[in-house]
Amino acid sequence: GVNPDLAGERLAASFSVELLTASLDGSAERTRSRRAIVEAIESDPVFSQENQYFQSQNERYEAAVKRAVYLQKKIREMGWTENSPEIQHIHRCLSGDIALVLHRIFKRSISVLGSDKQIDKWIPLASDYQIIGSYAQTELGHGTYLQGLETTAVFDAATQEFILNTPKISAMKWWPGDMGRSATHTVVFAQLYVHGKCYGVHPFILQIRSLQDHSPCPGVTVGDIGPKMSFQHTDNGFLQLQNVRVPRENMLSKFCEVQPDGTYVRWGSQKINYFTMTSVRISVLADEVILPLMKACTIAIRYSAVRRQSKLKPGEQEAKILDYQTQQQKLLPQLATAYAFHFINIYLHELFNRGYQEIQGKNFDSLPELHAFSSGFKALVTQHGTSGVEICLRACGGHGYSLLSGLPSLYTRIIASCIYEGENTVLLLQTARFLIKCFVAASAGQPIPPSVTYLSSVKPGKCPAKDKVDFLSPEIYLKAYEQMAIRLISSSAAKLQHLIQSGVAKYEAWNQCTVQLEKAAKAHCHYITVKNFVETVQKLDNKAGIQKIMKHLCDLFALHGIFSNTGDFLYDGYLTAAHIDLVTASYLDLLAVIRKDAVPLVDAFDFTDKSLNSALGCYDGQVYQRLYEWAQKSPTNQQGNPAYGKYLKPLLQNTLSKL
Amino acid sequence: AAAMVMNADLRRERAAATFQPELLTHVLDGGAERTRRRREIEALVVNDPDFQHEDLNFLSRSQRYEQAIRKSSLMVMKLRERGIVDPDEIYMFKSFVHRGHPEPLDLHLGMFLPTLLTQATPEQQDRFFMPAWNLEIIGTYAQTEMGHGTHLRGLETTATYDPATQEFILNSPTVTSIKWWPGGLGKTSNHAIVLAQLYTQGQCKGLHAFVVPIRHLDTHEPLPGITVGDIGPKFGYDEMDNGYLKMDNFRIPRENMLMKYAQVEPDGTYVKPLSDKLTYGTMVFIRSIIVGDSARALSRACTIAIRYSAVRHQSEIKAGEPEPQILDYQTQQYKLFPLLATAYAFHFVGTYIKDTYRRISADIIDGDLSELPELHALTAGLKAFSSWIANSGIEECRMACGGHGYSRCSGLPDIYVTFTPSCTYEGENTVMMLQTARFLIKSYTQVSSGQRVSGMVSYLNDLPRQHIQPQHVAARPVTVLINDPVSLLEAYKARAARLVEAAAKNLQAELNHRKSKEDAWNMTSVDLVRASDAHCHYVTVKLFTAKLSEISNAAVRAVMTDLCLLYALYGISKNTGDFLQAGILTNTQINQVNQRVKELLAIIRPNAVALVDSFDFSDHCLGSVLGRYDGNVYENMFEWAKKSPLNKTEVHESFHKHLKPMQAKL
Repeated sequence: GVNPDLAGERLAASFSVELLTASLDGSAERTRSRRAIVEAIESDPVFSQENQYFQSQNERYEAAVKRAVYLQKKIREMGWTENSPEIQHIHRCLSGDIALVLHRIFKRSISVLGSDKQIDKWIPLASDYQIIGSYAQTELGHGTYLQGLETTAVFDAATQEFILNTPKISAMKWWPGDMGRSATHTVVFAQLYVHGKCYGVHPFILQIRSLQDHSPCPGVTVGDIGPKMSFQHTDNGFLQLQNVRVPRENMLSKFCEVQPDGTYVRWGSQKINYFTMTSVRISVLADEVILPLMKACTIAIRYSAVRRQSKLKPGEQEAKILDYQTQQQKLLPQLATAYAFHFINIYLHELFNRGYQEIQGKNFDSLPELHAFSSGFKALVTQHGTSGVEICLRACGGHGYSLLSGLPSLYTRIIASCIYEGENTVLLLQTARFLIKCFVAASAGQPIPPSVTYLSSVKPGKCPAKDKVDFLSPEIYLKAYEQMAIRLISSSAAKLQHLIQSGVAKYEAWNQCTVQLEKAAKAHCHYITVKNFVETVQKLDNKAGIQKIMKHLCDLFALHGIFSNTGDFLYDGYLTAAHIDLVTASYLDLLAVIRKDAVPLVDAFDFTDKSLNSALGCYDGQVYQRLYEWAQKSPTNQQGNPAYGKYLKPLLQNTLSKL
Repeated sequence: AAAMVMNADLRRERAAATFQPELLTHVLDGGAERTRRRREIEALVVNDPDFQHEDLNFLSRSQRYEQAIRKSSLMVMKLRERGIVDPDEIYMFKSFVHRGHPEPLDLHLGMFLPTLLTQATPEQQDRFFMPAWNLEIIGTYAQTEMGHGTHLRGLETTATYDPATQEFILNSPTVTSIKWWPGGLGKTSNHAIVLAQLYTQGQCKGLHAFVVPIRHLDTHEPLPGITVGDIGPKFGYDEMDNGYLKMDNFRIPRENMLMKYAQVEPDGTYVKPLSDKLTYGTMVFIRSIIVGDSARALSRACTIAIRYSAVRHQSEIKAGEPEPQILDYQTQQYKLFPLLATAYAFHFVGTYIKDTYRRISADIIDGDLSELPELHALTAGLKAFSSWIANSGIEECRMACGGHGYSRCSGLPDIYVTFTPSCTYEGENTVMMLQTARFLIKSYTQVSSGQRVSGMVSYLNDLPRQHIQPQHVAARPVTVLINDPVSLLEAYKARAARLVEAAAKNLQAELNHRKSKEDAWNMTSVDLVRASDAHCHYVTVKLFTAKLSEISNAAVRAVMTDLCLLYALYGISKNTGDFLQAGILTNTQINQVNQRVKELLAIIRPNAVALVDSFDFSDHCLGSVLGRYDGNVYENMFEWAKKSPLNKTEVHESFHKHLKPMQAKL
């Protein structure tokens, strides 16, 4: 049965959980189809993740390969297609714990960067898994800065081949997923040299392992880069190349080609490719960042409704820890953030779909804006998502540290997202560059993209709020965010200009302003996130209490942002010290309001117990029983204790010196 | 690989330092002699072939446990052979043997033996202490239960006295009452000191400690009525067999209750203890160790991140020039240098608490407990303050190392998972902050009623005088000098005073509105935590500032003054709201603070590597390929990776089991 503490929480819900779930999925129909897929996958024991916390790196890797192979079988049996919604649901319920993920990136890069002839040759082989692909870009010495890559591809006109080399240790490819043990082929990025001239980084298809016995090809040294903080199931690899030759036809040549005589020809626009890289940043957010944050909230909030600790009032039963204000202050803002990010993700996808259509029509005007958005939001969402998961972990006391809580694995995985697909600081500075450009344009009266038009509305002023309830009005807090973002952007722009005018070289002036610029970019993205939350709530159906609870969450998200950054809001006097006291009061009131719906709000995320894989977060709240039973399955309890015979026994019986 | 020359970047960095790291190392250790002795002890361990083993990153949990047990057993023997008895030196020796990791005998050495010493009668000492000292008995300390941690009174395990047989009957009556988490309990210990609610003559007498045998002394099998095991894998702590313990009508003789203070007589009559304040002492001591651990863990992370940032080159600042060291980027300096300053600050705070505890320990033995409550309150808050910041600081260091920070070869994931539980154990941090807040509110109330308070909270004495001033707070003349640590300290004082006052007033307002004290306290707890945080921040700035005048070497003092200024100014720039709202600083001053922070980054930059060298971590102790002293990072990453378990065979077995059949079938 369900723990009465949790059952009671659910009875008190102010809104319909089922309708909110449907709203999050997009429609009741999509909820139904998602659940059907999840059921089909979870009922198959091959996909069970129950033992993963007990497994070694080798075991995790093998299980992930096995799952990937079974999944291909299942996809064929069920008649699902490659990019259908079903596949998205599958990845959601497998939590990414599967091998051969890079195989998709391998195929996508061939489809995007390859000529028709190359596509015809390679894609069918890859689709039938006659070959297994990876994507080798990052090197030991270079990551985010692509121009710095050191791998070389030298054209040899005599044999019509490229000679690939990793000329020094830092040039070795390092990190590519699926490459350490699984892949037979990879797309290698290398500096192209023809007749001694360097043409920059280009992609080449390279076979790295024998298709017969899987041994490395001549000249290829390949292996696993060793244990990481997470991703034990993935064989991130290294790759050293010594005079490895590939035919001329293996350079991916949709946009450029080396002709037989060594002439380098470039055609078409690479901008579409640029768009693809940009959209990958957005595509990781849902599965790799927002879902883990939602899961962490689900686990921590359900557990906080079950766990009792100390007494709030003498003589009463010990209180649920969720009733402590400090616990609410830890968890409820993360819950609001999870919803805010879910909505901003929808917004970004719409933005990108529109952008994609424009680009199809050869209109590249929106590219800089899309690029700035993808960079800034990738950084904001991954950073807040990561800290949110960690807060949830630490809010679960000692049990949060048990792997069986599910939280450590969520955490160690989500933190990787702050680095991959572009390091966050670097990305925020790209957003800042765009914002400064727009600000300068707006100041000169030139047109700027619609998402940043607020930059031209800079008017000093004072917040009109008089009472704490005024801060529950979106116009009031949105204006405060807008002012704050404009102020941070304009002051960075002024500082930059000042430095340049006083004779500091441009690049040095930029480096001297980067701390401010990074902050300005964050402020912009934060503002847009709040604004989008407000607009989403306005559009929601006012049915079954959903709009009302979402409005509370939106207010909480906004006020928590002010409460946590009071200095930025006070700085130019738009908010006064008295306003901050009102914000704080309103914010603390909201915690108590949302507290009542906290459990239903995480129930609405609709995770199955299997996908949560957590003793603390299960739907029925039978936390302690589960923890106890699961721990007994640990290998430390199932296998003998060799340390006893070898070391403890001699220690206990004082015969240690005979060892 | 050992013969490799030092990386040229690191060589240049070291040559450019303005001070001698060795002198700063002496400051950290508390004198040149102590530095020498620390290195001597480390050499004993590092040069001992018995303590060598494969890289722990490549071992399974069972293997890591086994290695730890092996080393612990040898460690106990060698400590005695070499006559090392000073507790500090034992702690050092142990840290070097286990390279900063926990080990299964931690609870035996750190809790079981000391508890016997302080709470056992002479007869019990004879019966348990000597066998335990000789490791015929291995014990642990079983307090925490599945359903109860920080709130001790809620523990559910029972010990019911049976006068007929003169035994206690121990029971774990519910699932939530199962003992859960004690280190060394799962697989290692054969005894445990169990905390249970004592029932005698039909009455509950509260928590008491009992010595309970749990495993057979010869076979190591659990005794009848005892269910014991390992709680499964955790976030780190692989070496430690944190365990569970369930007792079903398990009987122990009456003499196994630790009876130095409270007693149960043969007929079941309960004799009360005299005082319970003494338990404060141990808690202060353990929490002071956590402050020191915060400093050490953060120092290690900073050492790795700063050395690596001097070796790693990336991208370009100026077009056409070679790629710069990433340490030259302002954003990288802004991530790392405030953490470096924090590591130093926490080091001095940790030393202060330990010294203060030592100083008043003598008073405690004489029965004078007057200074203990303040120290207890302060230590609770500083434990939380330092462990929270170190925890997030380690993660920032890891992320500042980009992708490679995520590899276990960086050592950073390991530092993080080993350190992060300290936010929870020995008192959950939020609860700790609220304990400090209770003391602050009490002090504030005293001041409000006209009394004066002393010690670290004496700044509250100024509050009533400030309120007499007629002007609006914001109009007060601002006298903070942003280049003077002493003046900045005044600003921190004012902030702490303001937040304590605000919390006290909000608490009063809640009391005026609501029925119970408990509700009011809960409704104010967010404010209370903020007040404690500001108080701890003030104490940290104060102790850092005070340390400067004790440094005799001018060059060292100069660089530490820069760091201290950075610590104080960065703290303001991260909490500008507090300083603006209270009218302590103006917008113009905040601007100056932000500007000065950035200038200090550039000033500290040339000394960054020397400042982490001064922490004096050997490569052995650091356990990081990225943080190697010689900076030969890439070559050694490759060497390390080749040893990875996945690379044991050139073709992994899963190719034959799964991939090959798939290719054949599809």
